[in-house]
Amino acid sequence: MAEHEITYREILAQYIRENDEQSLYQGQKFSYRLIEQGVSPEEVVHLHVTSLLQLYPNLEEELRRSFKFLLEVMIDYGMAYREHQSLKDKQKQLNMEIELAASMQKRLLSKELPNIDCLDIGAISRPASRLNGDYYHFVCDEKEQVSVAIADVIGKGIPATLCMSMIRYAIDSLAQAGMDPNAVLENLNRVVERNIDDSMFITMFYGLYDSKKHRFFYSSAGHERGFFYRRKTDEFQDIVAKGLVLGVKEDAQYQNYERSLEEGDMIVLLTDGATECRVGDRFIERHEITDMIRKHAHLSAQQMVAEVYKELERMQKFELKDDVTLIIMRRIV
Amino acid sequence: MNFNVKELTEGTKHYLEVSGELDAYTAPELREKLMPLVERSGHTIVVDLSEVTYMDSTGLGVFVGAIKAENKHRSKVILKNMTKRVRRLFDITGLDEIITIQQDEAKEGK
Repeated sequence: MAEHEITYREILAQYIRENDEQSLYQGQKFSYRLIEQGVSPEEVVHLHVTSLLQLYPNLEEELRRSFKFLLEVMIDYGMAYREHQSLKDKQKQLNMEIELAASMQKRLLSKELPNIDCLDIGAISRPASRLNGDYYHFVCDEKEQVSVAIADVIGKGIPATLCMSMIRYAIDSLAQAGMDPNAVLENLNRVVERNIDDSMFITMFYGLYDSKKHRFFYSSAGHERGFFYRRKTDEFQDIVAKGLVLGVKEDAQYQNYERSLEEGDMIVLLTDGATECRVGDRFIERHEITDMIRKHAHLSAQQMVAEVYKELERMQKFELKDDVTLIIMRRIV
Repeated sequence: MNFNVKELTEGTKHYLEVSGELDAYTAPELREKLMPLVERSGHTIVVDLSEVTYMDSTGLGVFVGAIKAENKHRSKVILKNMTKRVRRLFDITGLDEIITIQQDEAKEGK
């Protein structure tokens, strides 16, 4: 501190004498050194008062008192400032952890889409912030059956992400290839019900596409309704499947549904981030989504989902309120 | 509209009138008022949702918590007068089959 005192006094004396740019510049450099060494704001005021008293021992009493007052104020200010700094450091650390979690999650999620002759498949899943509470999963077995899962964990952020990882591993171990969709959901429901907080739940749609008979078998656990597109009539219909969300009732039963697809027909699966999205002071209508799909129907499935996502993003002025996932499967032969 | 929960108690019967948007920010407030009531054995809690203009999945989560507590504590939760938009959420999630939902005729189809 003694060394600081001398330096500060010299710069101050020069400035008072010369009123020059050079001393201001030196003062600036000096302040960087103080910051580096963690000198607090109240210590700087103290430095100023001591230097001033040495330069002008006969300083008026009022002025002396005013500096004492300033010192008191700066003590509180300094405390608040240090707390702010330490919070900022903590926030930085938290951000780093979230970043790490997000990249781990990306690795969990980013899978190649199944490559199968009769289907053109596109999928997109984007979180509203950095972590994603949505999830999708494809598996293609040797009998050329493609299974698809799409899920939405209640809430967002870290809790939703933890939950999503659980679902991911449960699906890997529980959903054997070719298993009936309702059996998959019943198995998953038991795992989720045992491991989830009381006010949480997961919605999931599970489907199985038989590429020989071109039949789609599916079951839903309270998931947002997707659409079937019938090319022959150029119509979209809701995929209606009733079932309770996962994680609420241990012995919940799910029902299987089925539907056959002709060439050009599409299966559209999504999460409520797409259908419940707010546009200004209204909500998007479901037909607006199907209109977008129809508009881009000449594109590949992957281009279609990308275009629809872009439009949703634009409509919400690039500030998504919820995670958005969109899957399109189109029969091409 | 600002979020608000009005509470009225008559013996073992409690009325909660919820108004505003029920989402991740406001759900904790409803949960804090609702859960202690549901944990009282034999009590009935009627939640009027006619003035709820928006509900998201976090809002639904409050009622999922209530359904689980209702079974555990043998209390009864009744949801009343949902708007069509809110009712649709209960339909899709299948929660309408495990929670009691009532509609006053006067408020039908709002």
